[in-house]
Amino acid sequence: MATTAVGHEALAAAPGEKTGLWSWITTVDHKRVAILYLIGATVFFFLGGIEALLIRIQLAKPDNNLVSPEFYNQLFTMHGTTMIFLAVMPMSQIFFNYIIPLMIGARDVAFPRLNAFGVWVFLLGGLFLNASFLFGAAPDAGWFGYANLTSKQFSPGMHVDFWMLGLQILGVSSLAAAVNFFVTIINLRAPGMRLMRMPMFVWMSFITMILLLLAFPVITVALILLMFDRFFGTHFFVPTGGGDPILWQHLFWIFGHPEVYILILPAFGIISEVLPVFSRKPLFGYAAMVFSGVFIAFLGFGVWSHHMFSTGMGPIADTFFSLATMLIAIPTGVKIFNWIGTIWGGSLQLKTPMLFALGFIAMFIMGGLSGVMHASPPADLQQTDTYFVVAHFHYVLFGGSIFGLVAGAYYWWPKMFGKVLDERLGKIHFWLQLIGFNLTFFPMHFVGLHGMPRRVYTYPKGLGFDSMNQWETVGAFILAAGFAVMLYNIWKTWRTAPPAPADPWNGATLEWSIPSPPQEWNFPEIPTVTGRDPLWEAKRQRGGTLPEPQRVSGQGIHMPAPSYWPLVTAFSLPLLFTGLMLASKIGPWGIFIGVATLFFGIYNWVFEPSYTSIPGVKGKGHH
Amino acid sequence: MLLGSRVTRRLSWLMPLLALIVIAACAKDFPQSTLAPKGELARIEDDLFFTTVKWATLVFILVEGALVYSIFRFRGKPGDPEPQQVHGNTIVEIIWTVIPALILVMIAVPTVKAIFRENETPQGQPLTVEVIGHQWWWEFRYPEFQLTTANELHVPVGRIVSLKMGAFDVVHSFWLPQFAGKRDVFPNRETRLWFNAEEPGEYSGQCAEFCGIQHGRMAFRVVAMPPADFQSWVDHMKGITMQTAAPAPADSVHTSSAGGAVQQQGKPAQQAQAPADDSAKAAPAQAQSPEVAQGQKLFLMKGCVGCHSLVAYNAPKGLLGPNLANVGARSYIAAGTLKNTDENLAHWIRFPQEVKHGVLMPNLGVTEDEAKALVAFLRTHR
Repeated sequence: MATTAVGHEALAAAPGEKTGLWSWITTVDHKRVAILYLIGATVFFFLGGIEALLIRIQLAKPDNNLVSPEFYNQLFTMHGTTMIFLAVMPMSQIFFNYIIPLMIGARDVAFPRLNAFGVWVFLLGGLFLNASFLFGAAPDAGWFGYANLTSKQFSPGMHVDFWMLGLQILGVSSLAAAVNFFVTIINLRAPGMRLMRMPMFVWMSFITMILLLLAFPVITVALILLMFDRFFGTHFFVPTGGGDPILWQHLFWIFGHPEVYILILPAFGIISEVLPVFSRKPLFGYAAMVFSGVFIAFLGFGVWSHHMFSTGMGPIADTFFSLATMLIAIPTGVKIFNWIGTIWGGSLQLKTPMLFALGFIAMFIMGGLSGVMHASPPADLQQTDTYFVVAHFHYVLFGGSIFGLVAGAYYWWPKMFGKVLDERLGKIHFWLQLIGFNLTFFPMHFVGLHGMPRRVYTYPKGLGFDSMNQWETVGAFILAAGFAVMLYNIWKTWRTAPPAPADPWNGATLEWSIPSPPQEWNFPEIPTVTGRDPLWEAKRQRGGTLPEPQRVSGQGIHMPAPSYWPLVTAFSLPLLFTGLMLASKIGPWGIFIGVATLFFGIYNWVFEPSYTSIPGVKGKGHH
Repeated sequence: MLLGSRVTRRLSWLMPLLALIVIAACAKDFPQSTLAPKGELARIEDDLFFTTVKWATLVFILVEGALVYSIFRFRGKPGDPEPQQVHGNTIVEIIWTVIPALILVMIAVPTVKAIFRENETPQGQPLTVEVIGHQWWWEFRYPEFQLTTANELHVPVGRIVSLKMGAFDVVHSFWLPQFAGKRDVFPNRETRLWFNAEEPGEYSGQCAEFCGIQHGRMAFRVVAMPPADFQSWVDHMKGITMQTAAPAPADSVHTSSAGGAVQQQGKPAQQAQAPADDSAKAAPAQAQSPEVAQGQKLFLMKGCVGCHSLVAYNAPKGLLGPNLANVGARSYIAAGTLKNTDENLAHWIRFPQEVKHGVLMPNLGVTEDEAKALVAFLRTHR
C-alpha cells in the first residue's frame, strides 16, 4: 500500500525532510497540519478582509450604490462568518497544532489522523462556504442567521443552505480538534509537567477545548433543526406553523457566547507567553490566571441572553443575565492586572511580538469597558444592533484576538519556519495596524450612539453619519496596508534572512529547546519537567545560554504513519451536503454517494495500521 | 473616605470630557442620536449609560495609565541584568479583584432599578398603538380611534404611548432612539414598549434587526403634536375617503403636514409649510381637476388598490402595502427612502424595484404621464 511504502521510506531516510505534494496530502504530522491551517486561515482572512473593505467603501458616503443591497448583505454575512469560523478559529488552530505538543514535550498529538481529518474538513468546509459566491448564492442572512428570516419562505434561494451546511461541516472540524487536544493535553504531557506547571497558552487552549466540546453540539442541533425546517418542511422556527423564532436565538447564543471565549482565550494564552519572555520575568499570578480563565469559561455559559435584551424577556431574566455578564468583568480584569503585573518591574524588550502583546492589552481594555456598558440592559437597548456594538466586538476580536494571534505569529515564526521576521518591517506593521484599527473602529462607538444601526447597506444624508464613516473607511485601508507589510516581511525574510537559532528570544518553554524548525519527532528524547519555566531553569542551572541543539537522524524513533484516509473521509462531508442541496433536482443519489464515501473512508481508516512496524526496532513513541 | 474623595476628584477631571461628548450629541447634526433623549425612557437609558461611562473612563485612565507608565518605566536595554523574578502577590490579587467588584456594584444598582422601571406597565390612560413590522415598512394602528396609518406615527405630547407590537413576516426591531431603546417585534408574539413625547416635533427611527434585503430602508417618523392639534388630526384622518382628503378646515389639514417645522403651540398652524409645494387651499380644487380624476382611475386600474388602502378609518387589516390615506402629507415615502416630492413620488411609483429592490411592489409599467396623474391624486390624500 502506498501509505505504508511512504512510511517506510520516511523512516529509512531522514524523516522530517520529506517533500512533495503527496507528503502533504498524507501528512499526520501536527506541524504540517498547523501549516495547512496557516495557509487556509491566511487565504480566508484576506478574503474576509476584502469583504470588509468593500463594506467600508460602500459606507464611505451616504446613499451610496456601489454594491447592491443583496450583495451587501452577502458581504457582511460572509465577512462575519469567514472571520469567525475561517480566520480567527483556524488561526488559533495553527498554534494549538504547532505549539501545544512542543510546549508539553510530546512527539505528536493524541490522534494524529483525526488531526489531519480536522484540517481537511476545515479547508473543504471553507471552500464549500465560499463556493456559494460562484453561484451568486453566498449566505445573506447574517452570521447569526436569525429565524424566521432563514425559513424557506423568506430565504428561498440556496444562500442559507450554503451557510447552514457550511457551518455544520466546520463544526465537525472544530469538534475533532477539540477532542484531540483535550486528550493530548491530558495524556501526553512530559514527565513532571503537572497541570499547574503547564504553560499558560496550554492552559487557555485546554479551556478552549472544553468550551468547544460543550458549545458546538448546541449549534449543531440548532443547524439540524434549521435543516429540517428548510429541507423537510418542519416548523421548529416557523411561527405560522407554531414554531418560535426566539428558540433559535436562545440556541444560537448558548453556542454563540461561549464562542466569543473560544475566539479570545487562545489569544489570552499567547500573550501570557509573550509578555514574560520579553519582560524577562515570569508570569505574574500564575494561579490567578488559570482560575480566572476557568471562571470566565464557566460564566460564559450563563450569559447568552445578554444578546437578547431587546426581545423583552422581562425584568427577572434581564437582571439575571445583566449581573452574570457584569461578573465576567472581574476575572477579565484580574487577567489584565496580572499582565500589567508581569511587565511591572521587568526589563522590557520592545520587539515586534511584545508590541502586539502590549497593543492587545491596550485595545482589549477598551473592548472590555464598552462590554460593561452594554451589560446594563437599559443602556444596551440603545446600543444593541448599532455600530456601538460593532465597535465593541471589534475591540475584543480584532484589538484582542487578532492582535494576540499576530503577536503569536511573530513570536513563533522562527520556530515554525526557521526565520526571524524582520524587526523594522514588523514595527511598521504594528504602527499601521494600531493606528488603522483605532481610526476604523473608534468612531464607530459614536456613530452607533448617534443612531446608526448595524447591517444597513446605506444610510441617508442628514443623520450626521457621513464624516465618521469616511474616517472609518480611511482607517480600514491603513489596517489593510499593515497586513500587506506583514506579507512582504514574510516574503523578504523567506528569501534573505539567515536561519534562526533554536532560541532567538530567550524563551522559557520547551519549544525553544529544539531546532527551528523542529524535526518530525520534535524531541529526540522526551524531556523531564521540574518547574513552570523549564527552559529558564535549565539556563539558570547552566549559568548561561544552552548549546544549540543538533539535528539527529531519528533512527529508532517511532512515528505515526502517513495516511490519505482522513482526506477521503473529510471529502465525504461536502459531497454529502452538496447531494442534500441538489436532492430536489437530481434525487437522493448525491446523498448516497456522500454517505458511501464517508463509510468507505472510515472503514479504511479504521483498518489501516496507525504505526508502521519496523522489524528489529523497538517502538519509542507515545503511549 | 480616602478612596471616595480620590474617586470624586478623578471623576471631576472627567467632567469637561463628558461635557464635550454631550455637547457634540446635542448638536442638531444628529437627529437620530441616543445621546439627545426627549422622553423618560431614553433619559433613563442615557443616564445609565453615562454612569457606566464615568466609571469606565476612570478605569480606562488608571489601567491604560499603568500600562503606558510601565512600558516607559521598565524599558530594558540589552545587557541589563535579569530583573527580580516576582511570581505574584496574593494581597494585590485580592485588591484588584475586590475593587472592580465594588465598581460593578455601583453600576449594577442603578441598572436593576432601571430594568424594573422600564418594564413597568404605564399608569394612567396611555394611548395604545399597535405596531406591525412589515418587510420593509411600519404599520401603525390606533384601536382607540380605529385609525390606521403607515411609516409616520402621530402622537400627542404629554400622554404616554403604549405600543403593542408584532410582525407581519419576519423579526424586526422598533427603534426610536430619542424616546426609547429597541424592542424586537415578532410574528405571532406580542412585545410591548412605551414612550412619552415631551415636546412637539418630528423624530426619526428605524428598524434595528436585520430583516432582509431592504433592512437599511425601513425608517419611520414620529410626529409629536400638542393634544389639541393631535385631536384635530384624528378627526381629519377619520374624514378621509377613498376619493380624496376630507374637506376639513384648512388648519387641521395642515396639522398633519410634517415638513419638519414644529407647530407653534396654541396657534392654528395656518402658516406652517407643507412639504410639497401645493397648499391645502388648493386641495379641494385639485379634487375636481381632470388629472386627479385620471389618477384616481389609474389607482384602481393599475392594481394599486389591491395592496393599499386610501382610508384611515376602519381600514381593512392584513393589506400587503402601507396605508396611503395621508400619503400626500408625509415627509418621506418608501419608509424613509425618499423625500416626499412630486418628482420622487412619481419615480417611486414607476420604478419601485430600482428605488428599493426587493420590495413587494412590482414595476407596473406606469408611464410618465400616468405617474403624474397618480401623484396629483395622491397629493389630495393628506
